[in-house]
Amino acid sequence: MEKNELRAVVIATLKTIAPEVEDGDLRADRPLRNQVDLDSMDWLNFLIGLHEKLKVDIPEADYARLVTLGDVLDYLEKKLK
Amino acid sequence: MKMSYREAVRQAMHEALVADPRVFLMGEDVGKYGGAYACSKGFLEEFGPERIRDAPLSELGFVGAGIGAALGGLRPIVEVMTVNFSLLALDQIVNTAAALRHMSGGQFSVPLVLRMATGAGRQLAAQHSHSLENWYAHIPGIKVLAPATIIDARGMLGPALADPDPVVIFEHAQLYNMEGDLPDDWRCDIATAAVRREGTDVSLITYGGSLPKVLAAAEQLAAEGIAAEVIDLRVLRPLDSETIAASLRRTHKAVVVDEGWKSGSLAAEVMARIVEQCFFELDAPVARVCSEEVPIPYAKHMEEAALPQVPKIVASVKQVTGK
Amino acid sequence: MIEFKLPSLGADMDEGKLLEWKVSPGDTVKKGQAVAIVDTSKAAVDVEVWCEGTVFELLIEPGETIPVGTVMATLLEAGESPETAKRAPRAVLLPHPGPLPRAGGGGVVSGRRRISPAARKHAEELGVDIETIPGTGPDGAVTLADVEQAAAEKVSPARTAPVPDKAAEMRKAIAAAMSRSKREIPHYYLSEPVPMRRATEWLAQANAGRPITSRLLIAVLQLKAVALALKKFPEMNGFFRDGAHQPAAAAHIGVAISLRQGGLIAPAIHDVGEKSLEQLMRDLTDLVRRVRAGSLRSSEMSDPTITVTNLGEQGVAAVYGVIYPPQVALVGFGRVDEQPWVENGALGVMPVVTASLAADHRASDGHRGALFLAALRDQLQEPENL
Repeated sequence: MEKNELRAVVIATLKTIAPEVEDGDLRADRPLRNQVDLDSMDWLNFLIGLHEKLKVDIPEADYARLVTLGDVLDYLEKKLK
Repeated sequence: MKMSYREAVRQAMHEALVADPRVFLMGEDVGKYGGAYACSKGFLEEFGPERIRDAPLSELGFVGAGIGAALGGLRPIVEVMTVNFSLLALDQIVNTAAALRHMSGGQFSVPLVLRMATGAGRQLAAQHSHSLENWYAHIPGIKVLAPATIIDARGMLGPALADPDPVVIFEHAQLYNMEGDLPDDWRCDIATAAVRREGTDVSLITYGGSLPKVLAAAEQLAAEGIAAEVIDLRVLRPLDSETIAASLRRTHKAVVVDEGWKSGSLAAEVMARIVEQCFFELDAPVARVCSEEVPIPYAKHMEEAALPQVPKIVASVKQVTGK
Repeated sequence: MIEFKLPSLGADMDEGKLLEWKVSPGDTVKKGQAVAIVDTSKAAVDVEVWCEGTVFELLIEPGETIPVGTVMATLLEAGESPETAKRAPRAVLLPHPGPLPRAGGGGVVSGRRRISPAARKHAEELGVDIETIPGTGPDGAVTLADVEQAAAEKVSPARTAPVPDKAAEMRKAIAAAMSRSKREIPHYYLSEPVPMRRATEWLAQANAGRPITSRLLIAVLQLKAVALALKKFPEMNGFFRDGAHQPAAAAHIGVAISLRQGGLIAPAIHDVGEKSLEQLMRDLTDLVRRVRAGSLRSSEMSDPTITVTNLGEQGVAAVYGVIYPPQVALVGFGRVDEQPWVENGALGVMPVVTASLAADHRASDGHRGALFLAALRDQLQEPENL
């Protein structure tokens, strides 16, 4: 999967949780939960969405590494290889 | 001129005694003691025992004697110490004084003035504290007055004495020490109610000892943006319905404040007239603030709780105005 | 004959708009079945029926706005037939040009609206139909001012059809409930730092063995701990009504859920004390999803016996809540934060959350509140028993 394609899937998933999100407004290098109002339930649902769409397993121990949008994309990219 | 309500009552009687030799004062302690509320101090020395007559503790007897004197051509002022004791004289007042003109086909009239103190607030307990004005206001054949201002205390006695029929004047015991200005022109009628404060949001209708409380409540309400009109009934019989109706046409809401008990009260009569005459002017149910339905308690805090008070009046107005 | 009335779905609701009937005359209904969808100022709610029977008549049309307590439908009890049942008189309904201003709750009494005589006369003089005028006076009465307002709106047609603003309506509903709370309820507030190492470690271990779709959140442990602590402190649970506290038998915990577009709803998860953590997680997930989708059930809206709010997600250390009347308590959780902590004489680092209690002093005292928070703290030290 191309990086652009992956990003589109991630943003689409995020939009199911937070419909107000605008792709252009998101900075890939800033903590995602500072830019989008996501509580732990939203976060969990976001990860569940990614899990279902991409068939990747995301252990809870890895949550700490997923801070920025860039982190999420890198993490998924590695997992998908 | 600044003076007390007590002094205004005294001056009114003094003027009458000086002006008309037919006038005399009779009652318990009016002479040597100078009046239970000190309204006739010095009168015995000035006018002598023929005209300032101490009566025995027999309301039935001396009120009856006053009626006889009035029938005989004199102009008696009979003082009954409180309305509570006047019940002993009810037969004379209701069956004789009020009825004679009617029963004699207009041949006799009873030009009697009965003065009595009324009301609570001084820890005198149930037998000295009740407000029974409405019992007298029920009786055709007499006029019932409730002076609540210095002017009325000074000015109502003259027309009452000039009236050919019996007139009962209720002086609320809490008012005697009230001070105020007596203007040069203090003459007044005994026929109309008075607007004591103008307002557009609600009519507060009251009389006698409750007037100062109602004016204080109106002041407080004004600070909260509610313009209350205050009507002082002044004459409890016959009621001046037109002044009440005119006020209701301005405000469309009314709260009646009456120190009598709610059931069968003067407030009830005022409310009934409002509904009869102003139904289609009403924008809210008419409310009333009356005394709690208990014999007035002796203990200070309980007495205060039993009577209409400023906070109760304010709360009732807010209920009615929805503010 | 059973009358099915519009229930109040919360202290701040006094009317609702029927969106849809989910049953038709002749259908049999079971206890707990959703029979209608009603729009409150907060959400579209599935209204459940609380008796069994056969739908006889539907008295309200979709699109109508009706006060709480209005008979919406009649049901036949077992053994009744359409022939033996009398037709119910249709409730007097008021067509509203727009959303009604909030009334005091008694706008309609025994089918007759409260209209002041002066308002009725003035409406006649102005040629305004009094039945179309919403009342804002005491107990929802239509007053002179309402008639004048309506007449003014009639003159300027631009104002005749205000578009209902959902967010503004919810703001008003929250304002009404919270104002009532602060006016009527003498709140007292307590807080207690709760060590969370055992709970977080237990949770990490529990989640490690689970697929992502069945992982638990710390919020679920907190809810269960509150429910278990409530068992020993019934004075924090239930309602204050008619001058007295009425303890509730079960802990139906209202979970404060904020909406993305602003506002919040605190619908109940039922019988929290009796459910497993897994079940609670499923319930919470489902509840959040349905709140955000705007589809709630009437029983969830109307019967929370206590509210739990968690503002730690937004990064605050502690929350001191406003009780949702007629409830008598609200438990708040702040952020789980690593803090210096003395344990066994040694200074260490401990994940800590500040648990707070806002409680109704008419129903309980600070001493009991303190014991309750201590019990809550202790529950969270034994996550394996939750």
